[in-house]
Amino acid sequence: MKDITKLIHQYLRHDKKFPHVWCPGCGNGIVLGALIRAIDHLEYSKDEIVLVSGIGCSGRMSVYVDFNTLHTTHGRALTFATGIKMAKPDLKVIVIMGDGDALAIGGNHFIHAARRNINLTALIINNSIFGMTGGQHSPATPYGKMATTTALYNIEPAFNIAELAVTAGAVFVARGTAYHADLLHKLIEKALHKNGFSLLEIITQCPTFYGRKNRMGTAVEMMEWQRDSAVPVEKWEGLSPEEREGKFSIGVLMDKEAPGFLEEYEKVKAQAKRIASLNATEKGDHGSQI
Amino acid sequence: MNRHKPQRVFWQGNEAIVEGALAAGCRFYAGYPITPATEIMEMMAQKMPALDGAFIQMEDEIASLGAVIGASLAGVKAMTATSGPGFSLMQENLGFACVAEVPCVVVNVMRGGPSTGLPTSPAQGDVLQARWGTHGDHPIIVLAPSTTLDCYLVTLQAFNFSEKYRTPVIILSDEVVSHTREVLTLPRGDELPMIERIRPTVPPEWFVPFETQGRLVPAMSSFGDGYRYHVTGLIHDVRGFPTNRPDEVFAFQKRLQEKISEHYTDIQWVEPFYLEDAEQVIIAYGSVARSALHAVRQAREMGLKAGLLKLLTLFPFPRAAVEKAAIACQSLLVPEMNWGQISREVKRVNRGRCRVVTLNKFDGTLITPKEILKKMMQDQN
Repeated sequence: MKDITKLIHQYLRHDKKFPHVWCPGCGNGIVLGALIRAIDHLEYSKDEIVLVSGIGCSGRMSVYVDFNTLHTTHGRALTFATGIKMAKPDLKVIVIMGDGDALAIGGNHFIHAARRNINLTALIINNSIFGMTGGQHSPATPYGKMATTTALYNIEPAFNIAELAVTAGAVFVARGTAYHADLLHKLIEKALHKNGFSLLEIITQCPTFYGRKNRMGTAVEMMEWQRDSAVPVEKWEGLSPEEREGKFSIGVLMDKEAPGFLEEYEKVKAQAKRIASLNATEKGDHGSQI
Repeated sequence: MNRHKPQRVFWQGNEAIVEGALAAGCRFYAGYPITPATEIMEMMAQKMPALDGAFIQMEDEIASLGAVIGASLAGVKAMTATSGPGFSLMQENLGFACVAEVPCVVVNVMRGGPSTGLPTSPAQGDVLQARWGTHGDHPIIVLAPSTTLDCYLVTLQAFNFSEKYRTPVIILSDEVVSHTREVLTLPRGDELPMIERIRPTVPPEWFVPFETQGRLVPAMSSFGDGYRYHVTGLIHDVRGFPTNRPDEVFAFQKRLQEKISEHYTDIQWVEPFYLEDAEQVIIAYGSVARSALHAVRQAREMGLKAGLLKLLTLFPFPRAAVEKAAIACQSLLVPEMNWGQISREVKRVNRGRCRVVTLNKFDGTLITPKEILKKMMQDQN
């Protein structure tokens, strides 16, 4: 308890008018706890962290923590983060999104941020539903599940968020759950540590909408479902398609090296400056003069 | 560039916009290609790296303005440029920049519309979109150049206004203004104004991010400078946190309006031509103002007492200057390449004092001096 109190005092905002907006049983608090433990363990200063969030339940996370925080427009968190990172590459930019936020309205930004390989850490909290607007189906709602915008059941297949990130070019991709809280903060640490675009998908529970609509029981029962359905990625490789049915892998799915946008741009800057100084000595000034 | 003697250059409007931005200290550009604004982006891609600035081509215009806002919050002067359809996409983030009070400059090189419209033809159809395009109620600053020199000076001023009032500033150029090449004499470096955002002077633990200390515009800290605070598009209290309390919501909304309206005289920017004894006054902006000036000179040669009030600030609408002209003359002629967007404002301000005549063209071609002159003759009779 003592450690938790210390972390709360150190990282939550004293001048924020609590309570928070999250429902009882929501997984967002567990993710926030894991994020804070990871940041504390890696000993980042609060001034060098920028936490950027989108819109929705997860989007409110930025209000509560004592970093530089930015609550953006729906789906656009990665674009704001890109500007911050390019303007001040020394800042550690963390982006928190929900599954609806990141993959529906923000889907295009998501694949391009991964492809561009700009040095950001993106966490997608996947509770399979639009929570704040009241339980509509999202691109991560599995086929056959219930939502307030499905007449009988969801007839659309779901995105596999982590696999999508791998395909789009992310250099670090991992998946965790709210149940595996210890693993979660270790995965966040790895993601934060990685140079390049790193993506962590976090399976969480929304007992208020997704759980209730789909008769998944209490928050505890939903977390037990996470425990029983998650398979460590090392074990996952050996499973047959039948054994994989209804389950998902957790752990690091991709960890590779590739040129990053910021490093490449630094090279362009260095060369452009060399050319500019050469031109200046040859012409005396720039060419458009008459 | 030698800052001590006037420099003559041969530039295109879009080129002058870039040079104006760089002279103002812009060091971040994010954009998405679109005609007829693309030259701005292409030049920025070339120029930024050597200046230690950052350039990025984003996946769309929404992303472009998002990145611009992020860069500005990190302390760098930032801008984007686009044209009609891209400007429509930017509206949500424009509203964000207004509410979060993030300085930035958005150039819209207007082309014919609606929709894909007439991509390579001039138009002035986005005037009211620039004013009212976002949802919700907020003020905005909109500037319009009509010459290549204007492009340079208006862009400089746009950065100054955006820094001074912590607000996005929109530059409405048009296809003709942006693509016309002309010789211009740049002001000397020491003649150029340069305004920077006000930084907090208190220690971080005393910093209340949206407290104004009587200035209407709060001091702004950059991410990473040790002043950790929350930025949001939600209506927020002085500490930056979301609020629903009517007294706090009211105070915020009122301040947002007043920081622009109370500085109206600073922002109002017009150029008068032959107004001293004018009986017929043309009110024009953008490329049409060039045709109008030509028409006024021809009219003067014919003995008509004609004048031109060229608008460089479109919003907040320069009502004082228009009102003054309306009191002194017999008729106001408003030629525009749209169905009458500024003429609505002119009529609103005129309140029946004199005749307001409109000349509207929306076929993708310029309004010529001859057409304006013809309208003036008709009005005389």
